[in-house]
Amino acid sequence: MPEFTIAVQRGEAEAESQWTDYIVDVEEGQVVLDVIHRIQATEAPDLAVRWNCKAGKCGSCSAEINGKPRLMCMTRMNLFDPAEKITVAPMKTWPLIRDLVTDVGFNYETAEKIPAVKLGEPSEDGDFRMHQEDVERGQEFRKCIECFLCSDVCHVIRDHPENKENFFGPRFFVRLAELDMHPLDQEDRIDLVKNDAGVGYCNITKCCTEACPEDIHITDNAIIPLKERVIDSSYDPIRWIGRKIAGK
Amino acid sequence: MVNFERHEYDVIVIGAGGAGLRAAIEASAQGARTALICKSLLGKAHTVMAEGGIAASLGNVWPQDNWQVHFRDTMRGGKMLNNWRMAQLHAQEAPDRVRELESWGALFDRTSDGKILQRDFGGHRYARLAHVGDRTGLEMIRTLQQNAVHKGIDVYMECTITQLLKSGDRVTGAMGYWRESGNTIVFAAKSVVLATGGVGKAFSVTSNSWEYTGDGHSLAYWAGAELIDMECVQFHPTGMVWPPSVRGILVTEGVRGDGGTLRNSDGERFMFNYIPDFFAAETADTIDEADGWYDDKVKNRRTPDLLPRDEVARAINAEVKAGRGTPHGGAFLDISSRRSADYIRRRLPSMYHQFKQLADVDITAQAMEVGPTMHYIMGGIRVEADTAATTVPGLFAAGECAGGMHGANRLGGNSLSDLLVFGRRAGLGAAEDAAAQSAVPEVDESQVEEVVAGMREPFGRSGEGPYEVHSDLQDMMQKNVGIIRTEVELDEAVNRLQDLKNRSKDVMVSGHQQYNPGWHLAMDLESLLTVSEAIARAAHMRKESRGGHTRDDYPDPSDEWAVQNICIKQGDNGGMEVSTTPLPQMPEELKELFEEGSNA
Ligand SMILES: Cc1cc2nc3c(=O)[nH]c(=O)nc-3n(C[C@H](O)[C@H](O)[C@H](O)COP(=O)(O)OP(=O)(O)OC[C@H]3O[C@@H](n4cnc5c(N)ncnc54)[C@H](O)[C@@H]3O)c2cc1C
Ligand code: SF4
Ligand code: SF4
Ligand code: FES
Repeated sequence: MPEFTIAVQRGEAEAESQWTDYIVDVEEGQVVLDVIHRIQATEAPDLAVRWNCKAGKCGSCSAEINGKPRLMCMTRMNLFDPAEKITVAPMKTWPLIRDLVTDVGFNYETAEKIPAVKLGEPSEDGDFRMHQEDVERGQEFRKCIECFLCSDVCHVIRDHPENKENFFGPRFFVRLAELDMHPLDQEDRIDLVKNDAGVGYCNITKCCTEACPEDIHITDNAIIPLKERVIDSSYDPIRWIGRKIAGK
Repeated sequence: MVNFERHEYDVIVIGAGGAGLRAAIEASAQGARTALICKSLLGKAHTVMAEGGIAASLGNVWPQDNWQVHFRDTMRGGKMLNNWRMAQLHAQEAPDRVRELESWGALFDRTSDGKILQRDFGGHRYARLAHVGDRTGLEMIRTLQQNAVHKGIDVYMECTITQLLKSGDRVTGAMGYWRESGNTIVFAAKSVVLATGGVGKAFSVTSNSWEYTGDGHSLAYWAGAELIDMECVQFHPTGMVWPPSVRGILVTEGVRGDGGTLRNSDGERFMFNYIPDFFAAETADTIDEADGWYDDKVKNRRTPDLLPRDEVARAINAEVKAGRGTPHGGAFLDISSRRSADYIRRRLPSMYHQFKQLADVDITAQAMEVGPTMHYIMGGIRVEADTAATTVPGLFAAGECAGGMHGANRLGGNSLSDLLVFGRRAGLGAAEDAAAQSAVPEVDESQVEEVVAGMREPFGRSGEGPYEVHSDLQDMMQKNVGIIRTEVELDEAVNRLQDLKNRSKDVMVSGHQQYNPGWHLAMDLESLLTVSEAIARAAHMRKESRGGHTRDDYPDPSDEWAVQNICIKQGDNGGMEVSTTPLPQMPEELKELFEEGSNA
């Protein structure tokens, strides 16, 4: 395959970051992460990047490639035209650490604010009983690899960092919806959803859904049902609890 | 004096995969003040990549299954080199550990009566692997992580430990650096648990990530602990072979568990030609029986496609050598002609995506090309089965970095269960050990300063870069200490390692301390070289073939070696000492499980 020019945003502070061009030969089948690794092994051994699995399973290698939110390890180079320069930049919503590495600590702090699952008693034989069709909704959400690309593109915090205090971001709407739809969970998190999580800030632009490499239908399957729960609960909290226990 | 960040704990756990998380949860539940330290972000450890499932004899699909059958399968799969007590505890406790995950929020796939579904895997007599499609590791690590964050455990992410601290015989803590800043961090601790995973980055074709540089093995070795069975390395039979950039990425055994078969370029199901005597009695020898086994395990014996991994990897290797390989030098693995597209997408969603996106192959319509990839190390830190204590006081180990549990070859699915069973035991052992200590030990500052000075050395040098040395090491290990080994090649390996060690001492790093991968690799080289030497020397000593250790010049297993572990320890002069120690023998009532006619 041909030669590509790839511009990588490098630096430690956003204001001082610079685009550095690298010219690389690309081999058949290579992905953007391969190219970054090649640059590391040859021209720029200190180029900072996160990665682990190289197979779209760990969610470490998130970046903005040609301005689009993507996993570097799942972005094939044959997607691009060699005549045009490719840009690779770190996620913009999180504070920059260096080069392509950002501080995603916001997400780890948010995770701690969500009370864990609380199940009732198992059946007499010691096993919990749940049916496949009932766990499937939760399973869709548990595919989440925590790449944080959805929250990266969400304008609520991307354009207004000050909202981070009142907004958990789509990743954690997915988590809240998952817990809410768990067939056996008994914890009530509706106040959290309504208040601290700030689901009301979301105006359903669906950018998060488009960004998700796991094809989770974040807006339709997680956020909209959460919004409905919030509305329901303010009319009739008892009905909400009843519905939960019935597993509907 | 260098000014360094410093913390005190009862227990520190190094590594936040399944084993480390489970250990930290347990230690903290015992009331120990606990820290959890990892090289990458929380939730990104290797465990997240596990696909096929967690082995536990829940008996939800085949009520005939029980711990005795699981124990027997594990020991036979390990070619009887396993520590019997570990294998026993593992088989007995795995079902409870899986149920516990469920009570912590894991959503496994279900049977029709609403219990945890179990799938077939190599070497397991019954469908035994609890799973979630082919992303079981993600489910497991997320469940543990979501449980751990509410337990008051302090988590140190992107923090690499480079040295254990000692006072006299006892471990007193650990030190390392923040990847982000490069600054030194020191932990004083009453007890330390190692849960750092494996060594795959010593090889060039591997399913393992950058984290697998053998740090825990090396930290323990430098601290005076014993390593055992280091020659036993697992080459998984099915890694991707094409395109080159994805070579080695894993294709789950679940593909065969769910009905996929291996074929050579003549279209032949060649595994029928590679059934070893050891497994002949329990393996189907006709296509009809093999295919019938998926539905009826009582009437039929297991398909040879699901022989233990060492057998299948050698078979693929032999087919390719004989000229019957695929265009890119592997075997065909086909599920498209055997199961519906719907079924494949539902059971194996991440395999479907992986091939589609990375190789332009639609596995519901086409065969995959696969070949062996370095996947797992059975060898590791010697531990006491019940407490996970190493041979060094105050030091514990669990998960892939511990040795003994899997003998000469690990069965698929037995790692995730191992992490839970022995992660918990290590947490318990460390907490109890810590409770018996009166105070958090003092840290010897001169020790710290010496290590820090060593870590900074590469910045001042003018030699070659760390990437060249690493890539030469990987090529050498792949060629000389790979799937098939000989005396001549192993001799050469030991010599070349000396050479590489010398080169690593001159490695130069440019740039600065902040998040500098070149510098990080330069430091990792030391542990990579240590584990590589341990593997090469142990492989040299074991003059037989057993499980993951195959010697072309000693192709058969030997009775003499069957009862020996190879043990590696740092000698007084700093050199590596290799010796043998007798394999612990199991009690009579367990031996009976291996007799003909036993129900297990
Ligand atoms: C692709 C793939 C698929 C697999 N599928 C299965 C399966 O289906 N079933 C099964 O049973 N097994 C499977 N395995 C094997 C299994 O996943 C691993 O053996 C297991 O996850 C190892 O867990 P661990 O807790 O020992 O280590 P890991 O999960 O690897 O965690 C190691 C931790 O140690 C940390 N660490 C390492 N060195 C340092 C250091 N110096 N300082 C600080 N922290 C450090 C790392 O950051 C990480 O947090 C698979 C493996 C792979 C690669
Ligand atoms: S749909 Fe809502 S959460 Fe998603 S990106 Fe738009 S505003 Fe953000
Ligand atoms: S929901 Fe999707 S985009 Fe968001 S963090 Fe999870 S995997 Fe990434
Ligand atoms: S490296 Fe794991 S998702 Fe890209």
